[in-house]
Amino acid sequence: MSDHAPARSPQDLDDSIAGGIGESPTRPDGALKVRGEYAYASDLWAEDMLWGATLRSPHPYARIRSIDIGPALATPGVYAVLTHSDVPGENLYGLKIVDQPVLAVDVVRYRGEAVALVAADHPETARRAMERIEVDYEVLEPITDPELAAHDTTLPELHPGGNVVRHQPIVKGDPEASADVVVSGLYTLGMQDQAFLGPEAGLAVPAPDGGVDLYLATQDLHSDRKQTAQALGLPPEKVRMTMSGVGGAFGGREDLSIQVHCSMLALHTGKPVKMVYDREESFHGHVHRHPAKMYYEHGATRDGDLVYVRATLYFDGGAYASKTPVVVGNGTTLGIGPYAVPNVRIEGWGLYTNNPPCGAMRGLGAVQPALAYEAQMDKLADALGMDPVEVRIRNALSQGGTTPTGQVLDYPAPVAELLDRVRRLPLPAEHDSAPADIRDLPGGASNTTHGEGVVRGIGYGVCIKNICYAEGADDYSTARVRLQIIGGEPLAVVHTAAAEVGQGLVTVQQQIARTELGVERVNIHPNDTDVGPAGSSSASRQTYVTGGAVRNACEAVRDVLLQRVAARSGESIGDLSLSGGKVVSSATGVLADLADVIGDDVIEETREYHHRETYPLDEELGTSERAQVQHAFSAHRAVVDVDTELGLVKVVQLDCSQDVGKAMNPEAVIGQIQGGSAQGLGLAVMEEIRVDGGTIRNASFTDYLIPTILDMPPMNIDVIERADPNSPYGVRGVGEPPTISSTPAVVAAIRAATGKALTHTPVAPEHIIADIPR
Amino acid sequence: MRLSFTVNGRQCEADDVWEGESLLYVLRERLGLPGSKNACEQGECGSCTVYLDGVPACACLVAAGQAAGREVGTVEGLAEGDGLGAVQESFVEAGAVQCGFCTPGLLVATDDLVNRVPHPSDAEIRESLAGNLCRCTGYEKIMDAVRLAADRRASSEASRSGKTDA
Repeated sequence: MSDHAPARSPQDLDDSIAGGIGESPTRPDGALKVRGEYAYASDLWAEDMLWGATLRSPHPYARIRSIDIGPALATPGVYAVLTHSDVPGENLYGLKIVDQPVLAVDVVRYRGEAVALVAADHPETARRAMERIEVDYEVLEPITDPELAAHDTTLPELHPGGNVVRHQPIVKGDPEASADVVVSGLYTLGMQDQAFLGPEAGLAVPAPDGGVDLYLATQDLHSDRKQTAQALGLPPEKVRMTMSGVGGAFGGREDLSIQVHCSMLALHTGKPVKMVYDREESFHGHVHRHPAKMYYEHGATRDGDLVYVRATLYFDGGAYASKTPVVVGNGTTLGIGPYAVPNVRIEGWGLYTNNPPCGAMRGLGAVQPALAYEAQMDKLADALGMDPVEVRIRNALSQGGTTPTGQVLDYPAPVAELLDRVRRLPLPAEHDSAPADIRDLPGGASNTTHGEGVVRGIGYGVCIKNICYAEGADDYSTARVRLQIIGGEPLAVVHTAAAEVGQGLVTVQQQIARTELGVERVNIHPNDTDVGPAGSSSASRQTYVTGGAVRNACEAVRDVLLQRVAARSGESIGDLSLSGGKVVSSATGVLADLADVIGDDVIEETREYHHRETYPLDEELGTSERAQVQHAFSAHRAVVDVDTELGLVKVVQLDCSQDVGKAMNPEAVIGQIQGGSAQGLGLAVMEEIRVDGGTIRNASFTDYLIPTILDMPPMNIDVIERADPNSPYGVRGVGEPPTISSTPAVVAAIRAATGKALTHTPVAPEHIIADIPR
Repeated sequence: MRLSFTVNGRQCEADDVWEGESLLYVLRERLGLPGSKNACEQGECGSCTVYLDGVPACACLVAAGQAAGREVGTVEGLAEGDGLGAVQESFVEAGAVQCGFCTPGLLVATDDLVNRVPHPSDAEIRESLAGNLCRCTGYEKIMDAVRLAADRRASSEASRSGKTDA
């Protein structure tokens, strides 16, 4: 952190609440958050700061003939108006493929693309100045159909090299296998928004060394820094980043938003510049979940054993690549679900179009196929006259089983157990003839039914998700742990760049340090780029990799202490451990207080954690000895009441069984499962960004609905711990699976209640009342 | 314009307020009270919920001028001395806080509920908080927190009235 830090820049979290690994201490940032004192990125403030704003394209696809900034620049209170010619470094960035301009040059490829920047003394002045920037566009016909983008070679190429971002086949066994019982279907999924509540925000402060200090909300400081430094034409060490409070992320903060823009304005004006998106701009200013079109065919024996799965998946990546390559990788490798299938042929396409860019969202690439393969499993059960859970259990993947890419699962894979457990959880009471409270019925207080036309349905969903980055990525993490004596007591400070986005990583880091060092007081240093990379808070990976790094750093600190005591006492180091602020020998008991061993020293160690190596997929067959680090599984059961006359749905209960390997903080694990399930419920029945001709029609919380407390039902949650021998403490990523399996369970329950095919998610009332049988 | 009103019991004044500014903007950017959050600016998410003359309102929908001479209560006013208030404490203990961006608005809405209704049913809790969006928690632990807060408020009222009677 620099010495000219703005007001409300983050401080050490020093609220140390007792509790080690496996306990559920409360959050160290909890008190600050309930006092309204936790400093989110949008709360930052600096003396004499300016407000930045971004002019965005009103067209999905257009050529820019000219930009006139003169009238905007002449507006009183305006300090800068910048365009592409002001980008100091490389005017291109991207997470996987460097294809997106910082500011558009001669073409815009989506509605909402950044074209120009303004800095002014008041947000309203900036807004008015933006209206005075004159951009002359030649509007072009947008490409909006991803399937056409894959195959129609007469379409214009949106990027050099064409409109295919990634094409990946997966072939296992006999791709042309046949079977006695065959079911097929075409499934589509709409575009979901992360809808984190804290909009994109940051404050850039120009530094005396010609660099910039940026305070912001992000998921990955070092990834941001690399891209930002490149665009600013600065060495990375002159772009220093500090994490401010993050108001949720869910994948939507992996790509750059304000980072380069805010820094450019600060460097240009020589003043601190703050940028905060409003909700509408947030919808245009971050990537969304890829919509998908998925063709599936399942073949099985008459006994219900899967013989083959064949599928073709189209993912609409929109105008820029973002994480499309990974979505195709995850979508195809996980495309048959947590099932053992001898013969597989899957083809995945990720495409460029002129729709809004799509990238990371919780469950990355695994959410889409889960809707299709679970619908197919229900369809298969129906065709066989079997129970849907039995069909799933019969074909469930298990430890020692092989994925379609040829990876052998060398850790527990309790898919059948999860299904069996979730179906045994208690069911809600049936409605009596007169339900107790109208608010419990579909339509709720709108008073649309008193029970007439209401049918109950039950549905199941189970899923597989890979944890950590895959296909050869070394997404390691770094932790620095310092131990010293303050006020006579040992105090550990943990410093990482791992983004706390709400998930509770700060709590888990404290727990690990307490357990490993045997101390009570553990402070969490703010996340910044003064320590090595932690990678992104995504892919359910931070407890795994940053947890591993904190453990490694603590072990290194402990080794220093124990060596000191062993040398002094002559005891074998293997007999020594740390507990209750003391060095304890298993042979002779308490040897020393940490206060005496450490004295005035500061013991500080920095360590990395690298997960085991993964390898790329074969480009033709998708084979790989180990494409992914670890897999996680969850199963949901949904109970719904449907007003079959109006098509209104009330989710009555949503239950989940999940294997988490090791519950580091059991209450936080429950919180992840509840929150993830709510996002999956939203996708099932309400959440869809409506894109018409490339333009978002519902960029607000009035028109894009997310579940309220009225929509989310009570949950029974059943957590099991089958340790993964390869991971720190046996952990298995927790955050994503519940977002994946909840959606197909809810949709299946609506199908069960209505008998309708419901091939599009989210399910809308018009799908339910439409006269299309299953 | 010059604006003066009471915030958390303290008289406040703001100068050079542009007529188009909302109460939320004035609280956050002019009075140094960023606890109330801006997440949608159209009254849909409840993150900016404050008391206006004792009634919960979305501060983003109140024009700054409308607050003149009135009493505003924000999340910053819910603490009891140096300690947390019962509602704040319940949210932390129940694990109802994840990213925390919705929390300030939910706390004000919950404070209002448990003040009005001593023992709210689950249906009453859901109805009262339906205007406050949370994207992290799935609301289950928020339900737990509100039940806990209501119990604590009711028992502290009971012990207070017990003392008065004695």
